Amino acid sequence: MKSLLLPPHPKERRIVFQNAWTQGYTPDIDCYVKNGGYAELKKALSMKPEEIIDEVKKSNLRGRGGAAFPCGVKWGFIRRDDGKPHYIACNGDESEPGTFKDRYILHNDPHQLIEGMAIAAFALNVHLAYIYIRCEFPKAAGIVAKAIEEAKAKGFLGKNILGTGFDLEMYVHQGAGAYICGEETSLLESLEGKRPYPRIKPPYFPAVLGLYMSPTIVNNVETFCHVKQIFRIGADEYAKMGTPGDGGTRVMCVSGDVMRPGPYEIPVGGVTMGELINDVCGGMKPGRKLKAIIPGGSSSKIMRAGETYRIKVKGPDGEMTEKEVPLLDLPMDAASLASAGTMIGSAGVIVMDDSRNMLWALNNLNTFYAHESCGQCTPCREGVLWIDKMTNRMIKGEGIPQDPATLKNVADNIAGRTVCAFGEAASWPVQSFLEKFPEEFSVSGK
Amino acid sequence: MDKHPASSTTRQADQIPAELLCKIDEAVTHYPVSKRSASLPLIHLWQNHFGFIDESGVDWIAARLDLQPINILELVTFYPWFRQHAPGKTIIRVCRTLSCAMAGSYELREKFCKAAGIDLSTEVPHGTPTSPDGKYSVEFVECLASCGSAPVCLVNDDLHEDVTESDVPKILGQYA
Repeated sequence: MKSLLLPPHPKERRIVFQNAWTQGYTPDIDCYVKNGGYAELKKALSMKPEEIIDEVKKSNLRGRGGAAFPCGVKWGFIRRDDGKPHYIACNGDESEPGTFKDRYILHNDPHQLIEGMAIAAFALNVHLAYIYIRCEFPKAAGIVAKAIEEAKAKGFLGKNILGTGFDLEMYVHQGAGAYICGEETSLLESLEGKRPYPRIKPPYFPAVLGLYMSPTIVNNVETFCHVKQIFRIGADEYAKMGTPGDGGTRVMCVSGDVMRPGPYEIPVGGVTMGELINDVCGGMKPGRKLKAIIPGGSSSKIMRAGETYRIKVKGPDGEMTEKEVPLLDLPMDAASLASAGTMIGSAGVIVMDDSRNMLWALNNLNTFYAHESCGQCTPCREGVLWIDKMTNRMIKGEGIPQDPATLKNVADNIAGRTVCAFGEAASWPVQSFLEKFPEEFSVSGK
Repeated sequence: MDKHPASSTTRQADQIPAELLCKIDEAVTHYPVSKRSASLPLIHLWQNHFGFIDESGVDWIAARLDLQPINILELVTFYPWFRQHAPGKTIIRVCRTLSCAMAGSYELREKFCKAAGIDLSTEVPHGTPTSPDGKYSVEFVECLASCGSAPVCLVNDDLHEDVTESDVPKILGQYA
């Protein structure tokens, strides 16, 4: 990735990416330890588990996988002394279109992830942890497995870690090409060796009934890396980097029609959409104008250039007031994008310029969802194929005038009627493309 | 990736080398709570060795894990990565999804097929288009999570980024 070989942009603050893109840094344990690695694990092992969870709560870290759930709150659901086995599953099934950050961590800095997971395991009384890596990252699986062996040999994993009596075994588990396994309950079914049909919540919240029906914490690769960084920087300092209730940095992945696409680690809310695209990513390609942005992975609702949104902002007196802001002035944090009617999701920003046809783009995403539906719930299994067929025929000029209305109707009848959020993920693009770009979907009668 | 000489007339389960057995035994130890969890890793190990999994492989893995054959077959048929037929020696997976498509992945896939001698007009659903000489399979896959360096393709275990149509002959040559 070329953008990462450049010096960081002034708006960037590389924390989880710090080692990964330092010249001469290697993924082996010697290099990691030389650069202060595993010092935070040592620190954590001397703390009380509740203190560790409190630190994570204080940091305001939110999950970086897409749902932005407060990490410390999630951990707080685990009762250490309930007498059950507890597990950790790290979600490295990175496959949301537009998202590309975890691979770099797995390839270049695997020990950071292992250290973050080990800290979490100690806090949550976990002795067995899995790192679920999609099989399209075959090299990553090998690198992480080797790193686990190294950590074991040095006493950072395995039996009696650093003489504290704490045991933790960790293994890599490879997926097999299914997007649905990024859904946490599907990931657990996959880990159990079953067809990865998502489980219904309630009752199957992983923290209650997770892997092998025991309390399980599932966090994204980047999230565990932030855990390590919270103990290095301090929870208060970490929280200060972000917005209230959404601390630290996050990796924003920008792709599409910008001059410098790439993953950029930026304090949460530290840039506006306009600064991210025009400043950090060097703007649009010569002669091209912004047309649309998908802000948080392909499932998030699309935004149209020129739109304005009413969002809540903190005034100088500390009071929250409503304010109308143009698209390019929207701060890139979960709350702002939610009030703009979309989501930050996995922070996969796909930028499209005025050369792009929205019917073509939506059809591309429909084909994705049609391929990836697991087939468990009827509205999704049937519906995503119908919407894919419809946009396919519209592209061929074989659409009929009622197609846009039928498309919306089918999407409306998938969302909210499925076991997992895939139903919404597949419907939101259809609903939002139709709403924001109606002129590109109208079919005239023959 | 291992070589995979198996043909459809021989049973894979009759040709398991000691090295594969060793890897399988090791993989099973990673799942102390439930052997069934080792299903996916065992299918992977099997496919890495043979190139695909035949009926005897399904039966063998099921027996190894005290499962019914259907418990393995349902995984082989669900997950796009697993195959029941031999692919070409080199597998080229071109990313099809939005950012790569915007950067020309449809044209890239066609170029790969043409250069490898694959006739896409004979493509069958769920099949793997393979060159007549068995050297190359070219297929579309969904998002490979490298959208910032689109278009990308995964050739065996190697990710190629920012691939242009003029890179195609060089890439094919690299795996000849």
